[in-house]
Amino acid sequence: MIVEEIMQKDVKTLSPRHTVQDALKLMQKEQIRHIPLLDQNGKLCGVVTERDIKEVAPNPFFPGEQLEKLSLPLEKIMKTDLLTGHPLDFIEDIAALMNDNRIGCLPILENGQLVGIVTGTDLLQTFVDLTGAGHPSSQIEIRAHNRTGILRDITEIIYEHHLNILSVLIYPDRKNEENRVLVFRVSTMNPVSLITHLKEAGYEVLWPNMPGMPR
Amino acid sequence: MKDAVFVYSTDLLAYRFRDDHPFNQMRLQLVKELLEAIGALSGEDIVKPRKATDEELLLIHDPSYVEAVKLAGHGKLDPVKAENYGLGTEDTPVFPNMHEASALIAGGTLQAAEEVMSGRARHALHLGGGLHHGFRGKASGFCIYNDTAIAIKYLRKQYGARVLYVDTDAHHGDGVQWAFYDDENVCTFSIHETGRYLFPGTGNVNEWGTGKGYGYSFNIPLDAFTEDESWLECYAKALEEIAAYFKPDVLVTQNGADAHYYDPLTHLSATMNIYREIPKLAHKMAHEYCEGRWIATGGGGYDIWRVVPRAWSLIWLEMAEREGGSGEIPTAWLEKWQKISPYPLPERWDDPVGLYRPIPRKPEIEEKNRLVLNRLLQFIKQTK
Repeated sequence: MIVEEIMQKDVKTLSPRHTVQDALKLMQKEQIRHIPLLDQNGKLCGVVTERDIKEVAPNPFFPGEQLEKLSLPLEKIMKTDLLTGHPLDFIEDIAALMNDNRIGCLPILENGQLVGIVTGTDLLQTFVDLTGAGHPSSQIEIRAHNRTGILRDITEIIYEHHLNILSVLIYPDRKNEENRVLVFRVSTMNPVSLITHLKEAGYEVLWPNMPGMPR
Repeated sequence: MKDAVFVYSTDLLAYRFRDDHPFNQMRLQLVKELLEAIGALSGEDIVKPRKATDEELLLIHDPSYVEAVKLAGHGKLDPVKAENYGLGTEDTPVFPNMHEASALIAGGTLQAAEEVMSGRARHALHLGGGLHHGFRGKASGFCIYNDTAIAIKYLRKQYGARVLYVDTDAHHGDGVQWAFYDDENVCTFSIHETGRYLFPGTGNVNEWGTGKGYGYSFNIPLDAFTEDESWLECYAKALEEIAAYFKPDVLVTQNGADAHYYDPLTHLSATMNIYREIPKLAHKMAHEYCEGRWIATGGGGYDIWRVVPRAWSLIWLEMAEREGGSGEIPTAWLEKWQKISPYPLPERWDDPVGLYRPIPRKPEIEEKNRLVLNRLLQFIKQTK
């Protein structure tokens, strides 16, 4: 999946000469936490985040004391040392980039122009889409030794039950590096015979447990 | 006016996918005979279901889908096309005359709705209905036509009634929810095992409806291994608040009996207690808000021997205000059915104490369920 599939294209921006107050208002109105700033030529020159604003916004315990800060131009507080992405970047890569640098948003540039933005919320939404139940289905989790052909062997069994697989997720077992956890969403309301078959074939079905048998 | 009518005919048993399929309408016969054995049901109480017309099916379903079901039931539907309609799958295999059998179920629920709205009966029970997974153009989760959604649409169209739909099946009532997701005159409430693992996967607490229907869709997804007390706490508090907030003209309940510990398809740990309490509160709400108008259907329920006969009989006993749902199960009924039941049949109406081993993380499960309940209650408070 690439960035242009998930980025927000309707980006709310301000200029560096807008004030802290302007940014506060825009963030509240649009319910956003990041604002890219564009210069006179429409080029990205900075970003202000909710945190930057909060650091200078008036402290409710000392009303009046910092009021002048509301009229501070954003260029005084904006971040200019920016990481950016491209619409053709892979989502996995920008997720790693944002995680490594501990940043909450990534402006997306094409030919030097701002064309979109990806935030942590967008990545979470993608995760929800990938793991969620877009279509009626049951979820099955299997722990298995990490070896070539394991996915093939398990899907072979699912195929024998004539069940359609709607999503597959494979992740490392946190407790044992030699294992993988495989998660399937299959299009059935009755996975009981499939689970029995998987267990008979020697796989460890983590969930669902057989009804009435708490772990 | 009668207090209650029981919609039934042996023709309803023709809705049968395959011998080894878990959805088995033989349970209808088991319920009827158990009620007769305790003297709580007689010929005067019974109304026959009618077949829904095509026009009625089209209140909810696409014409091409109804056509496909008809063709499939006569062996004339191409298997590749069938799969697009969810037909011929493991969950909803094709069977002979499937349209006729499904239209009779839909008609049974319509019949129940007519009995109540015409004033012939205060309440009506159609245990053959409650096929809440059926979609506009697709069979799903053992359901072909969504009888309940059709009847609700009919109640809207014919009577302009505001309908509260309450779904206590262990699976989320997705088909009915999506059919009325943008409708402010139909409020849906489903309490079920979380869809994290269980079919169909939806039914999260944050599915509140959309457009004009925002604030008229409610869900309580319960953790696996939830027991009676927690189940009933969530059901009772949520239903009382939702009914007070929505003030329906008529109550439609879907009474799937698959949240029981014995049910082979789900992971809740409920006992007969919840099946005693569910209809009691529904009955009370119907009288408090709807001048008694209450249409009840069946639904899921895959332990047709040890769970469904008792659970569904209790709905009728509550609805018709008749005695007999306590103490011992009649010997004649036990003797007849024990011969073919794969399990020893329970000999008493109530489940024994210690039906299952204690659930290890009970307090945490209860706490988690309470948090979900509180989110729902909070939402109602803010929306009011």
